[in-house]
Amino acid sequence: MGKITDKAAIIGMGCTNFGELWDKSVDDLIIDATYEACEDAGVDLKDIEAAWLGTVFSGHTAMSLSSPLSWQYKPVTRVENMCATGTEALRAAVYAVASGVYDIALAVGVEKLKDTGWIGVQPTNVVGRSTMGTAGTDLGLSPPAMFSLMAQRYFHDFKIDPEEGRRLLAEITVKNHHNGSLNPKAHFQRELTVEQVLKAPIVAWPLGILDCCGVSDGAAAAIVTRSDMAKNFRKDPIYVKALATSVGPRRNPTVQDYDFTHIEENVRAAQMAYDEAGIKNALEELSVAEVHDCFTIHEMILYEDLGWSPKGQARKDIDAGTFKLNGKLPVNTDGGLKCFGHPLGASGLRMQYEVYHQLQGKAGDRQVKDPRLGLIHNFGGGVWGGIACIAISGNELDRR
Amino acid sequence: MVGITSFEAYIPAYRLSRDEISRAWGTGSMGGEKAVARYDEDSLTMAVAATLGCVNRGGQQGDGLFFASTTSPYKEKQAASIIAAAVDLPSETRTADFTDSLRGATIAMNSAVDAVRSGSAENIIIAASDERMGAGKSEFEQILGDGAAAITIGKSGVIASVDGNYSAFSEFMDIWRREGSAFIQSWESRFITSEGYAKIMQRAVSGIMKKYNLTPKNFSKVIYNGPDKRSHAILAKRLGFDVETQVQDPMYQSIGNTGTPAVLMMLGFALDEASPGDLILVANYGDGADAFILRVTENIKMVQGERRMMENFKRKIPVTYETYLSWRDLVPTEEPRHPEPESPSITCLWRERRSNLAFYGSKCTSCGTVQYPPQRVCTKCQSKDHLEEYKLSDKRGHIFTYAIDQLSWSKQIPVLIGVVDFEGGGRVMSEICDCNPDEMRIGMPVEMCFRKLDQDTDIQNYFWKGRPVI
Repeated sequence: MGKITDKAAIIGMGCTNFGELWDKSVDDLIIDATYEACEDAGVDLKDIEAAWLGTVFSGHTAMSLSSPLSWQYKPVTRVENMCATGTEALRAAVYAVASGVYDIALAVGVEKLKDTGWIGVQPTNVVGRSTMGTAGTDLGLSPPAMFSLMAQRYFHDFKIDPEEGRRLLAEITVKNHHNGSLNPKAHFQRELTVEQVLKAPIVAWPLGILDCCGVSDGAAAAIVTRSDMAKNFRKDPIYVKALATSVGPRRNPTVQDYDFTHIEENVRAAQMAYDEAGIKNALEELSVAEVHDCFTIHEMILYEDLGWSPKGQARKDIDAGTFKLNGKLPVNTDGGLKCFGHPLGASGLRMQYEVYHQLQGKAGDRQVKDPRLGLIHNFGGGVWGGIACIAISGNELDRR
Repeated sequence: MVGITSFEAYIPAYRLSRDEISRAWGTGSMGGEKAVARYDEDSLTMAVAATLGCVNRGGQQGDGLFFASTTSPYKEKQAASIIAAAVDLPSETRTADFTDSLRGATIAMNSAVDAVRSGSAENIIIAASDERMGAGKSEFEQILGDGAAAITIGKSGVIASVDGNYSAFSEFMDIWRREGSAFIQSWESRFITSEGYAKIMQRAVSGIMKKYNLTPKNFSKVIYNGPDKRSHAILAKRLGFDVETQVQDPMYQSIGNTGTPAVLMMLGFALDEASPGDLILVANYGDGADAFILRVTENIKMVQGERRMMENFKRKIPVTYETYLSWRDLVPTEEPRHPEPESPSITCLWRERRSNLAFYGSKCTSCGTVQYPPQRVCTKCQSKDHLEEYKLSDKRGHIFTYAIDQLSWSKQIPVLIGVVDFEGGGRVMSEICDCNPDEMRIGMPVEMCFRKLDQDTDIQNYFWKGRPVI
């Protein structure tokens, strides 16, 4: 099996402001993100040879991209992998240029959640089996309730008093709000205190409303090329080191050996990605990480799933500030899903947008020191199983 | 010998106190409380619960299932077939609905006795269930309660033989409900009680005693229904029975008048305490009257469990009057502020019928892993098409982890969700009902029950949920 390492590079990225963009359409967001990426890469839209559009609810078929851009008769594919859709679009574009078939490819992710009439994410309508059971018997479990199943069991297994557990989760919110306050494109840009987080209304004990990510509109885009061509476009391209996707068999709630304190897809994808990128000690070698903090408990569990904290020990790293902006491995430096917001199809590319700028040293007040390697972790699904996508990128070729 | 071979009752966990109704209306309270079906229960689900209990107690599957009710979920569409599918009776089972009369349970019983006696059936289960409503402020609103009961009629293992019967119809307009109306109606109560109920029942009871040369003194128990506590008590005196020693408690104060199942429910509680040789008189009123003479046999001891049947219903959860109104859709409440989720496909429901109605998962014959929903490729060892059906509806389990969901859309928020690990293997993520949020805990023992799904569809979709083991 081959590796993607150093075969492709990102030469331009764009990202709209995320938030409740009542006056913007899906088309507006696609146009704004794509043109920003083109400008950043110094590439004309006409020079791009193929494109992938990632969206969950906000458009069917490839024409959802070609129509707003008036893109003339080129290959476009729409991809969908729930909340991991954005990374899926990036993956497709990267492999396309790495194969040598195309020189320049575009990946765009977009979502207009606020137009659906749902406060959170609308249920997916499927003919056939529901996410957890048989057809026609969907529990209608809300996403925070789904992740509260993990929090309940995590606190139980690692003997964390629920009030102490809520405080630990609040620390994650506070961290991400601090980072978001430094990010002019984020949905939420306000600092919060632990007390404020703990006082917020409960939505699914122990999770309160401030343990949940923003439900947002937004789009992000990336332009990729082969590594050997990258410097033709810019002096600081970002090289793809690893792309890993792990899709679970959707059986977690149906077999008794699942512990509800980790997500196996996360663990598997991390292992694949570290192997591909040649990373031996992720905590030491990674400079920055964007992870799928849809709910604070998921970020806490991810510290362990991605191999940064020993099992059951994430609390120590939370209290040590390991993942703060000035910590050993800054996580969600742009505010994460919590503050930047979570327009499903755009999120993976938004994560890459932050890592791209961090690795270029262009992250402003949020800039991490001496960046070399950055990781994004994008997750679609829930505790029943899902899609874990990890991309690792770096600012130098041939350097581990 | 033909007779009853098993029995069981089902009473919902929720109770509405009559003082609470009186508080809401500022009217007098009749005292006591009534059993109230949860919003996810109906006559059909309560009948499933009683039938499962009846099958478990007697050990006979039944080759016939008769459903008796005035509140069947469908006007056109048999309920007995859905109950038979949920209870997982063989496909050759004879099913029938006996509807529209409060006498339905004993009409069904007569048919069952005749069928078994003639040899056309071995065991017929009669499941009676009702969830009737009186209009707000009415006496019916306080009197009526919800519940179900089931008995099995058979030839082997008879615990109470049917030694005599008597039936008479009477065209008497006392209580009725027309299509499209939610509440029962009645004519002036003095007339319907004295000229209707009392006279027709007296005729039936004296008729059967005369037919078989018996007197009130011959009976250890007399079981009969009645519109309310007072009329029921007066009738005992008129018939010459001693209220204290001979008359089975109609449970009006604790459960209410349950309608169609009332007579079978009382019979169940009587049999639960009966002794061999007891002679029992059963009379049932509604559009006439049916009466039976039952003789308890030695087999009764085989089906009387370690604990009394009433113990199964000791768990009571109080509801407010407002909750009751919203459960019954009697007060318009805010619709969800978002588009309706799509209704399930009937084709998909049909394809999943074994899993959705009888709650079958599968068990891998290669590695033994139990899994729900049933799979073709084993989730554990990936062997293909080496899985066999495995029933989970009768398995007990415990909560592995749970969620208290404040954001789900349902009549009752929060919705409780439990990850249930079954004894013997298998795990499902299931709604947990009949449970207060603060009672949820990891390790809590649960059993499965058949309930309505809270979906906005033209059909009534049913599925299994967990509930705390009492």
